[in-house]
Amino acid sequence: MGLIDLLFGLKSFTHGIHPPYHKDTAGKPIRRLPFPSQLVLPLNQHIGKPAIPLVRKGREVVRGEPIAKADGHFSVPLHAPATGRVRTIELMPTPRGPKSDAIILDVYEGSTQEVLWKQPREMSDLSAEEIIRAIQETGMVGLGGAAFPSHIKLIIPEGKQVDTLIINGCECEPYLTCDHRIMLEHPKALIQGIHYAMRASGASQAVIGIEDNKMDAVEVLRGNLSKGSPVRVEAVETKYPQGSEKMLIKSLLNREVPAGGLPADVGVVVNNVGTLAGLGHLLPEGRGLIERVITVAGPGIVKPGNYLVPLGTPVRHILQQAGYEGARTEFILGGPMMGPAVSAMDTPLTKGTSGLLVLNEPSIEEESNKIWPCIRCARCVSACPMYLNPSMLGQMAAKRKYEEMAQDYHLNDCFECGCCSYVCPSNIPLVQYFRIAKAINREQAT
Amino acid sequence: MSKPTIELRTSPHVHADGDVAKIMRNVVYALLPICAFTIWQFGISALALLFVVTATCLLSERLFNHLSSQPSSLSDWSATITGLLLALTLPPGFPLWMGVVAGFIAIALGKALFGGLGMNAMNPALIGRAFVQAAFPVAITTWTPAFFEGRFSRFIPTTLTPPFLQSPTIGEWVAEVKVDAFSGATPLALQKFEGVQTDILELLLGATAGSAGETSALLILICGLYLAARKMLDWRIPTMVMLGAAVTAGIFFVIDPARYPDPLFVLFSGGLMLGAWFMASDMVGSPVTPLGVVIYGLMIGVITVIIRLFGGLTEGVMYAILLGNAATPLIDQITQPRVFGQQRANK
Repeated sequence: MGLIDLLFGLKSFTHGIHPPYHKDTAGKPIRRLPFPSQLVLPLNQHIGKPAIPLVRKGREVVRGEPIAKADGHFSVPLHAPATGRVRTIELMPTPRGPKSDAIILDVYEGSTQEVLWKQPREMSDLSAEEIIRAIQETGMVGLGGAAFPSHIKLIIPEGKQVDTLIINGCECEPYLTCDHRIMLEHPKALIQGIHYAMRASGASQAVIGIEDNKMDAVEVLRGNLSKGSPVRVEAVETKYPQGSEKMLIKSLLNREVPAGGLPADVGVVVNNVGTLAGLGHLLPEGRGLIERVITVAGPGIVKPGNYLVPLGTPVRHILQQAGYEGARTEFILGGPMMGPAVSAMDTPLTKGTSGLLVLNEPSIEEESNKIWPCIRCARCVSACPMYLNPSMLGQMAAKRKYEEMAQDYHLNDCFECGCCSYVCPSNIPLVQYFRIAKAINREQAT
Repeated sequence: MSKPTIELRTSPHVHADGDVAKIMRNVVYALLPICAFTIWQFGISALALLFVVTATCLLSERLFNHLSSQPSSLSDWSATITGLLLALTLPPGFPLWMGVVAGFIAIALGKALFGGLGMNAMNPALIGRAFVQAAFPVAITTWTPAFFEGRFSRFIPTTLTPPFLQSPTIGEWVAEVKVDAFSGATPLALQKFEGVQTDILELLLGATAGSAGETSALLILICGLYLAARKMLDWRIPTMVMLGAAVTAGIFFVIDPARYPDPLFVLFSGGLMLGAWFMASDMVGSPVTPLGVVIYGLMIGVITVIIRLFGGLTEGVMYAILLGNAATPLIDQITQPRVFGQQRANK
């Protein structure tokens, strides 16, 4: 815990940055967007093995029905986000970069789009294993952006014990407000989901960590908790990357996840608020994850807001609905610090996409993007939440000493939060250097 | 919906305000009051020196850009800083032709040789000064009184020394401008060789002899604090330099107050302030690690005092900073920060 905590009693981690937050959509209630005429559903919307299609070209599906099954344990199924007909299965662009196999679904325009496929269950009877299996069946992944299968997170590795479930309501990325809205509008589902996750993981207490720029959410959640509840709500400092697992655990519990380790190593499981609110809805109804809330914002958007969108909705459709302007522009899926920019308007929204931002940044050719030599100002060193030395790493990357970077300078502890690139007065694309270095190291290892 | 040009970039897509040029420009702004003060103290000789040295640095920078087929780097303002800082470390009556030599060497040997901004191991201004200190030992220790009469209408005689000639003696001229009791020595020399300690208030305000820009400790402090407040200077470095110097001086002062100067005198005399705030803190030559910064600063402070008290020279800041610069890669190497989640037992 840092100086701030000592002085003001506010929980936080050391280092990090304070970018302008632009949380202008925080007051915009969640609204449903009209269905697009076509959905693109990549089979690898999650980390792990891609799902295996259960449908073939021409097959009619109803909204909510499973259309792909999990390929083993480290995988999740996929459900039809709309009633319609499978047009084909082919390679399509995805937010994560490479094209991958996707089910393309023609949406029936006349349909009321009611969820017609569900298998309600009595939750109170289920054991921890059964809850975990039920979570896998929902197809739930980390909705904060990581898209890590939620059931895997809740399985505690052998020999480890978890005492605390942390619920991540930080939403530290600028612009994004979808988690904020979920906390305000669905506190009951969220708390329900927290109880399921506690039962699945065996945690005896739960802490909801929320940045102190969302005190209304803190109040709402506190108001929904009964006295003596094992769940408590804590405000943490508004600082990027507060919402990173390791930082949040440090802030709330003052425990440091060992380098290369998992939260379970310090007795913690972390889940995002959107994920648990989703589980709170889906588990009792026995439904799958078919839609999510995203924040559509940025200077280029005409009608910014928080929208409930079926998975697989192409970027083009969202932009048509929300309207955008600007001749030269950049589309980002997720937050501006870590989200990838998309190159194709057909790229679909996937389970891990928390936002669509349209930024009108200065063009790449402009003077303000000039890259200067590193002047060793050490701003990156003071910003890195992992206490790495990005300045040194950057200079080594320029010399292609990739192996040395990993062995002697802890390259693999970098989680690419982007703080170093953000503060660099020389505009050196440090994070990109590190991504390349890691990729090359991975390639050479295999 | 018009067809936009989609730009692709890697995250992060937002960036903090300010770039290298802005930092450097602000350092120049912070140096300007010090330059103005020195001109007020020493008149047109100081103005000419500042101008000639800075112009030489800029021209040299441009020349080396040209020789290495690089675009002009004048717009990053770093050569301007080198020029101003170098001029401020020279005696106000320093012959202008020697100033040209100093400026050229500063850029050529101090910076261009290593590959320009960010690549240089040591502070270019101090490389320039070290060179002329060795080359022109008399000229660089010829001090003139501050606030002499007629300083805005005529040059100090040494200023206009023709190229490649040694500077004339200034004894007669000093008598002529009638500054009372001017011994031709800086407060440091007075203290070291004659045991006369200059009043602290005079040091703070700068009514003493010395290098062009090193005489008003108070003004330097204010300008440095401005930069630190704007986060364009690492306050830890000057603080540690001053701490190192004060503690070292304090130890000797306690041992023998008659022989050694008191710590306040050490802090406010000579080039310590200018060195601590504007040269030791030069980002390029200082460590980046939190612990490294502390070691580096303390080291410069301690070495400065040791040279002053026990060396043959009256002033040691320059060599102390150059030594600190030289040690920086090593300091960085051995003070790598503890990575999050390492070497700490978890509860």
